[in-house]
Amino acid sequence: MNIDNYLYLSALLFTIGAVGVVVRRNAIVVFMCVELMLNAANLTLVTFSRINGTLDGQVVAFFTMVVAACEVVVGLAIIVTIYRSRRSASIDDASLLKR
Amino acid sequence: MVTNSGLVYLIALPLFGALSLLLLGRRADKWGHLLATALSAGSFAVGLFQLSEMLGRATESRPVTQKLFTWISVGSFNVDASLLLDQLSICFVLLITGVGTLIHIYSISYMSDDPDRRRFFAFLNLFIAAMLLLVLGDSYLNLYVGWEGVGLASYLLIGFWNQKAAYATASKKAFIMNRIGDMGLSFAIMIAFASLGTVSFSGVKENAHSASEATMTAIGIMLLVAAVGKSAQFPLQAWLGDAMAGPTPVSALIHAATMVTAGVYLIVRSNFVFDAAPTAQLLVAIIGAITLMFGALVGTAKDDIKKALAASTMSQIGYMILGAGLGPAGYAFAIMHLLTHGFFKAGMFLGAGSVMHGMNDEVNMRKYGALRKFMPITFITFGLGYLAIIGVPPFAGFYSKDMLIETALNAGGVKGILLGGTALLGAGITAFYMTRVMILTFTSPKRWDDNQHPHESPILMWAPMAILAIGSVSSGFLLSRGDALKHWLEPLFEEHGEHTELLPPIVVSGLALTMVAIGVALAVVKYQLSEVEAVAPENVTEFTQIARRDLLQDEINEALFMRPGQVLTSVLVKFDESVIDGAVRGIGQIAMGSGSSLRRTQTGFVRSYAMLILIGAAALIAAIWVVTL
Amino acid sequence: MNLANMNLLTLSMLLPLLGTVALAFTPKTSVLLTKQIALATTVLVAVVGILMAINFDFKSPGFQFVESRPWVPAFGINYALGIDGIALVLILMSVLLTPIVVIAGWNESEGGRWSAKTFYSLILVLETMMIGVFASTDVFLFYVFFEAMLVPVYFLIGGFGSGERAAAAVKFLLYSLFGGLLMLASIIGIFVMSTRYGNRTFDITTLAGLHTVLTPMMENFLFLGFFIAFAIKAPLWPMHTWLPDAAKSATPGTSVLLLGVLDKVGTFGMIRYCLTLFPEASKTFTPLIITLAVISILYGAFLAIGAKDIKRLIAYTSISHFGFITMGIFAMTTQGLSGATLYMFNHGFSTAALFLVAGFMISRRNSSTIADFGGLQRVTPIMAWSFFIAGMSSLALPGLSSFVSEFLVLVGTFTRYPVAAVIATFGIVLAALYILIPVQRALHGPTTPGNENLTDLNLREKVAIAPVIAIIVVLGFYPSPILNIINPAATTVISQQGFTDPAPTISEGK
Repeated sequence: MNIDNYLYLSALLFTIGAVGVVVRRNAIVVFMCVELMLNAANLTLVTFSRINGTLDGQVVAFFTMVVAACEVVVGLAIIVTIYRSRRSASIDDASLLKR
Repeated sequence: MVTNSGLVYLIALPLFGALSLLLLGRRADKWGHLLATALSAGSFAVGLFQLSEMLGRATESRPVTQKLFTWISVGSFNVDASLLLDQLSICFVLLITGVGTLIHIYSISYMSDDPDRRRFFAFLNLFIAAMLLLVLGDSYLNLYVGWEGVGLASYLLIGFWNQKAAYATASKKAFIMNRIGDMGLSFAIMIAFASLGTVSFSGVKENAHSASEATMTAIGIMLLVAAVGKSAQFPLQAWLGDAMAGPTPVSALIHAATMVTAGVYLIVRSNFVFDAAPTAQLLVAIIGAITLMFGALVGTAKDDIKKALAASTMSQIGYMILGAGLGPAGYAFAIMHLLTHGFFKAGMFLGAGSVMHGMNDEVNMRKYGALRKFMPITFITFGLGYLAIIGVPPFAGFYSKDMLIETALNAGGVKGILLGGTALLGAGITAFYMTRVMILTFTSPKRWDDNQHPHESPILMWAPMAILAIGSVSSGFLLSRGDALKHWLEPLFEEHGEHTELLPPIVVSGLALTMVAIGVALAVVKYQLSEVEAVAPENVTEFTQIARRDLLQDEINEALFMRPGQVLTSVLVKFDESVIDGAVRGIGQIAMGSGSSLRRTQTGFVRSYAMLILIGAAALIAAIWVVTL
Repeated sequence: MNLANMNLLTLSMLLPLLGTVALAFTPKTSVLLTKQIALATTVLVAVVGILMAINFDFKSPGFQFVESRPWVPAFGINYALGIDGIALVLILMSVLLTPIVVIAGWNESEGGRWSAKTFYSLILVLETMMIGVFASTDVFLFYVFFEAMLVPVYFLIGGFGSGERAAAAVKFLLYSLFGGLLMLASIIGIFVMSTRYGNRTFDITTLAGLHTVLTPMMENFLFLGFFIAFAIKAPLWPMHTWLPDAAKSATPGTSVLLLGVLDKVGTFGMIRYCLTLFPEASKTFTPLIITLAVISILYGAFLAIGAKDIKRLIAYTSISHFGFITMGIFAMTTQGLSGATLYMFNHGFSTAALFLVAGFMISRRNSSTIADFGGLQRVTPIMAWSFFIAGMSSLALPGLSSFVSEFLVLVGTFTRYPVAAVIATFGIVLAALYILIPVQRALHGPTTPGNENLTDLNLREKVAIAPVIAIIVVLGFYPSPILNIINPAATTVISQQGFTDPAPTISEGK
């Protein structure tokens, strides 16, 4: 199988994630889309690791996973806290910073 | 040159008095005036001692110096604080301390009711010290310290009763007009240093002939500006009349006998400058001539006795300046007139003070009259001063003024005729206005109301007047006998060639006396033989109206300098506020304005930020792709 | 004991910091103890300063009390201190003024946003910075002190001032930071150039030779970076508008330090950095600078005449005086430079006297508008006379210290730039006006309503003002002690520029 197909897949996943972040309002969905983008990047890294025959890409992919895990912890906590105080998970409602 | 360590005591004694009286405050109230008077007298005694020492030495070794310490020394600019006592300064030392002591004595009684008498005496002592420094300094910079010191003392004493707003204004006016003159002195010192490399009298004298005439003319004119400010000469004369706001002893000491004559001292002291700069010298004579007429004309219209005397002072100093502008021929006579004037004008001012003392501080002569009977001693002493000032032989003024007129006439050519003619005419007008003062005050019918109880002043006041009257009678004769003063001062001045005699001396005297007689006669007809109104008449000639307003001096100064200055100030204040600070605030507002308009792009919607990031990233990749293509 | 080896400079900078440490352990409630600690510290520093002056060898022109330790060796930055005569007199002035300010402003910390502890800590930190800025012989160290000084002053104005204190403090900070930024650019430029042409260093003695390898263009730009910073600090027209606002809003004590010491950093910097590092550029810009200085002299004087607020009036007089100082510096004659340095010293004391007495007046009347006062001479004679003497010193009356310096500046300028000196001399008439007008309005005339019951100076206030007036009078008659310290340093600076004093014109003809 052509190894390029992995790259096409990851580009597709990344685009889906990016479009999801831009168009969806629900914080959880946006969050999942961000995860999708991260994993798309991971896929690219692993693919290149495979293409180049080095382990660098895989190592970085592990870093990304750790960061993603941390992000999930912090991000979900923030979303839950916002939901508790504002009774809404819509990110458009949380626009207080503009003032 | 001989050094003498005693000179400093001349200044130190009164300075000590001033400081201790000021610093001790109310504790010295009881005896402050006595200490001040004693110290002034002590200074006079030191002066007399120095004179006797000086008389004992040969002519060429008469000047003595004393170096106190190095004052300023930077690079080639070296000025020592050192004193110089020569034939010229000893005259001033004795005049200042002598008349000064008499006026101290007079003031003990005159100021006895004033709660601030101690402060008054402190200022008097301060003045004596500063004035002595002025005449004893051996360089222009040392002189400058005394020069502004007397200005300060004069400011403090004119404004002694500064709780009255008008008096405070008068003192400020005097200080500021004096400062304009001081600026001239600054310029003179700067030019002297830049072109001659020295600011001491001896140094400038040495170099006077090797410097270009333009340089010496510049120095000379700047010294003249200084003299004009201090001596109330045209065009900086306007402060003297207002300076009469000070207590009368102050008017007698500072604004008649000593400080205002400092300009004459400066010019005579700088004779080497003016001898090397004929243009500046001529200008001195012209300024003197203009002022002597100016003062005389103002004097004819003043009803305030002190202002009339002030106008007369201005006019008499005009004579001295005229004399000083006549070169070596006139210096000695200028100084002689200065000394005799010191006696008779101080005497008359004290007389005026005595009259005011007896008349509840009334100064308007139209409210006087017939005081001869009530104040006989004042009348006699004032009368002797009067005879001296109008130049009746053998009183003091006759000798000095006659000599000045004669020298002016003999100056040669049109210049001599114009200057001499002005001096002659001035003598006539002097006779007129002084006779007017005498008649209005002493001999015309009484015009005061019955609330007034004129009385003779106590002995502490009339004794100094009497001593000064003796001086008014005798000083002219003594100083001119065998040309005593002229020969005494001669070593200081350059030789001058024989001058042409326009008219024989006896004719000049005759002319002068004729003018005086006409002046007296006119005054007698106008004031003694016809009735004087107690209120100044309104229907008078245009000239009288202008003369009453000091020939419009204040109006002119205000229109030319004060108002434009005020306008300039307010324009600059607005300029600073709106243009300069406005520009600064403008920059701040631009920063804040651009911030608030950029803020609109921050919507607060996470998704729009995400969109922007996405577009940005895409654009970046596209850009890299385009570049690498 | 050889005091020269004792690192007196570091000691004098450490002492105030130790004082702040002591203050940190003082309970907030014991305000009196706070003040006493602050006073004791400043007095101690003043003693060290005097010791320094006594041990200063004023015959040698170079730097003395030299210390040097590597700080950031990678960039050639050293903690290097040393003083010549010019720096010594300024340090002396600073350490003498600080205890006076503490005594005079005994109650100034009240009414502030923070506690007295904060107030005196800020003053003490500021004192360290003041000494450091004059004592640095490393350009980078100087820059650090130059900028760090802004912080305590910012808080002193913004936290303890009156009126629109916050706005004034921000204005002061922004103005100064702007100048500091330009200077930083120049310092980086110097670093780059010195690296390129030899050893990387910030030592000013070494850098003095840098100009020989700079292109004129480069030198001009580097010069301007420094000069604009100093011109803002000094302040020179037209970069002066922060000063009246800051002086009006600050407490009188802060104003004394601001005008008396901080602004001197500007004129000091002109001598130490502009002239020494960039002699050619200094010559290029001299006509422009002299013009600005003359404008400052007259402009400041006119605005002082037009000022209605007594603190703003004093600030404007200072703009005029700084014009004189700048003119003297760039006249490039020993008289001008020595005079300008002496002027800095004298101006510190005469402005201190004016501001402190003005502060006494304002605290009694709760107003700084001149028109609110009237006839004080009859009510509070000692206060009135103190103000009068301070005023006379400001208008440079002969016999008071400022006359000597002003005249030296004028004479020194006249020998090289007669026109500038002549125009500047008109300033002395304007000076008489701007002093005598407030004197007449506030002190003379009938006592106006609201002033009848004012109390005269108390013992503390007399103790604060007496030494200032004594210095003003004594140095007026006998300026030699200070001039002797300044002269060798001034001569060195002038000769480094390749200048000699103009000879009297009379000797040219011979």
